[in-house]
Amino acid sequence: MSDDQLQPPMPTPIDRTQPFWDGLREGRVRIQYSPSSDQWVFYPRSHAPLTLADDLEWRDISGEGTLYTYTIARRPTAPDFAGQEPQIIAVVELDEGPRLTSTLVNVAETAITIGMRVRPVFDHISDADTTLLRYAPVD
Amino acid sequence: MGLRGDAAIVGIAEWTPERRPARPPMFTLEQWAQLAREALDDAGIDPSEVDGICATNIRESDSFVPSTITEYLGLHVNFAEVVDLGGASCAAMVWRAAAAIELGLCNVVVIAAPSWPSPRPPNPPSGPSSWRYGASSANYGSPQAEFDIPYGNVAQNCGYAQIAMKYGAEYGYDPEALAKIAVDQRVSANHNPAAVFHNVPITVEDVLNSPMISDPIHMLEIVMPCFGGAAIVVAGQDAARRSKHRPAWISGFGERVLHKTPTYADDLLSTALIPAAEQAFAMSGRTRDEVDLISVYDCYTITVLMTIEDAGFCPRGEGQQFVREHDLSFRGDFPCNTHGGQLGFGQAGLAGGMSHITEGARQLMRRADTHQVPDADVAFITGNGGLMSEQVALILEGD
Repeated sequence: MSDDQLQPPMPTPIDRTQPFWDGLREGRVRIQYSPSSDQWVFYPRSHAPLTLADDLEWRDISGEGTLYTYTIARRPTAPDFAGQEPQIIAVVELDEGPRLTSTLVNVAETAITIGMRVRPVFDHISDADTTLLRYAPVD
Repeated sequence: MGLRGDAAIVGIAEWTPERRPARPPMFTLEQWAQLAREALDDAGIDPSEVDGICATNIRESDSFVPSTITEYLGLHVNFAEVVDLGGASCAAMVWRAAAAIELGLCNVVVIAAPSWPSPRPPNPPSGPSSWRYGASSANYGSPQAEFDIPYGNVAQNCGYAQIAMKYGAEYGYDPEALAKIAVDQRVSANHNPAAVFHNVPITVEDVLNSPMISDPIHMLEIVMPCFGGAAIVVAGQDAARRSKHRPAWISGFGERVLHKTPTYADDLLSTALIPAAEQAFAMSGRTRDEVDLISVYDCYTITVLMTIEDAGFCPRGEGQQFVREHDLSFRGDFPCNTHGGQLGFGQAGLAGGMSHITEGARQLMRRADTHQVPDADVAFITGNGGLMSEQVALILEGD
């Protein structure tokens, strides 16, 4: 494979994470919750961080949150992303607490402020039959 | 708790970093042998005395790394360690070697970071290199492969830029102060003939006018990748006293390892260095005021800024003012990365993280020649792996 054939890499779900990706395809955000430690968890895993409780269960959430931090990559962060710059690569803090990696869409660079409210945007990539979870400012 | 300070860095080998290597490639094992020989020669210690090694990964074997090395070098060791902490690996190897020596396991430990190009196999595997994602893992089942890489959160620039943006939102961002870190370190590089940027001065304006790579980080605030290699010899009291130079005693250390991706940090602005530095100072009994120079991991200017704060040289959030008020060059009032740092000296793979250690030891040995800090007796050193999330702090002292 030569570099000009590189495409942005798509996630390869594993059994444990499949419910998250299935949810996104249906336009829903669901993440794990540990009742014993009253803790929301992202990314999906086998045991709750710190307590190592194995009682994680899937729950739907709104997906809304605040912008924790971001950067605007002026050069592609990897050859796969050539042509997509500027990439607005964000860390979103969900209202439930956990943070996730995303990109911001439908926003002017000058309108981005850390701490602003953001909402999920379900970006369905037909070729990969995968929905990525992007974010936009709350109107 | 901790070290007595009975082990010291006594020998140094360091190949001049090169951006376009003129010499032919060498296998990692060949580099290990050559670097070990040079470092032992520098110390005046015979190879037959080596009874411990600390290594990072090698190209020739994915596992069984120590025995692959000891077999090739003909060594019989009591202590064989592989460390995988990115840019913190070399500093982490130093305290592990000192601890092993103080426990009586061994007397002479060689630590090497070969970072010269290796020969390519005659029939290289096809397909894009997995290294296009830098330190991010694209392996099946890797959380990064599934939740970070698809969004372009790849490798280092992005994460450090996110850290810098968060810092700015919390404390305010002074681009000139950040640029001054690169400029002051360049002054030292200009006086260090081994630096890739020897005799290439820059100004704050040059830094701010260099291309924006990932907001708010400019090109001249990012390390220059190059090729090289380094090794040191760590020895106990007896061998250290017989060595050729003033020993650089390892009197304190701290290590803290947190997350891999900044997204999952508990608090992006509370770095792993805070507890690591606190432990190192407490163990050594030294105070910040007693430190003559710092030699701290500098992959980006923001790394140095946060290191100065989190090591306790100024209050958190006041680093930019501190940088404006101090001269960080080797001839200044707060010598920081007197070899030029990786920003000025060059980052030769993992040997880049060794350069902070070799420079600290060289200063205490009073062998820094063109960029010597007068009367250097105490050095504070850090290694930083991943994204501020794997931190090692060391205190080195002269007699």
